Amino acid sequence: MRLVLTLIFLLMISLVLVATVAEMPTFGDIENPTNNEVPQRYIEGAVEETGAVNVIASIIIDYRAFDTLGEATVLFVAIAAAMATLKGH
Amino acid sequence: MEDIIVRMVGRISVPFIQVYGFYVILHGHLTPGGSFSGGAILGSSMILFALAFNLERGHKKLTHEASTLLECGGASWFAILGLVGVYAGVNFLANQAAGFYMGIPNTLVSAGAIPLITLGLGLKVASTVVTLFYSLAEVEGDSHD
Repeated sequence: MRLVLTLIFLLMISLVLVATVAEMPTFGDIENPTNNEVPQRYIEGAVEETGAVNVIASIIIDYRAFDTLGEATVLFVAIAAAMATLKGH
Repeated sequence: MEDIIVRMVGRISVPFIQVYGFYVILHGHLTPGGSFSGGAILGSSMILFALAFNLERGHKKLTHEASTLLECGGASWFAILGLVGVYAGVNFLANQAAGFYMGIPNTLVSAGAIPLITLGLGLKVASTVVTLFYSLAEVEGDSHD
């Protein structure tokens, strides 16, 4: 009974997920909503504004450095929590 | 685990993996890769050393004090480099506006604060991977005693 319920529930979730993926815009389509002025600005101005030829590095460490600082904090908190849980008993 | 083949292959390949990890970290602003992937390569080389030899010898290479210093130092180094921008009178974590040396694009010394932040963050990620491995391995070892 529980197995049948689990299977029905998983089927419903996967139906929703598959429907979402089917509605997604085609990869690389020029009409995509993500193809707006933000990536245009990165592609045209990244080398001039940050000096880094790797545009991804210039985005994660210059344009969105505050986000990466949060990411480093997440790593720090994760390792602190792991140490507290594993060594603190 | 005492196996002559694993130990010899580990002894030969660990320095090359570490050089590659430092290459990925230091060229983060030039080639694909950067702090997170380079740090993971560096950390996995230390895990390979500990697996090929033993946990005690591996732990002596990167002690608890050293990894504590790398963890806290990497995050603080990032925040301090961000405060340079505040000191210069512009935004927090500013790069070009804060007066970092930009250099010529596509050379090793360029892009201002990006290589400095990448180096600190890469060492921090490597230390995180290694610390997590030792925490899990030691807990596992305790339960078998």
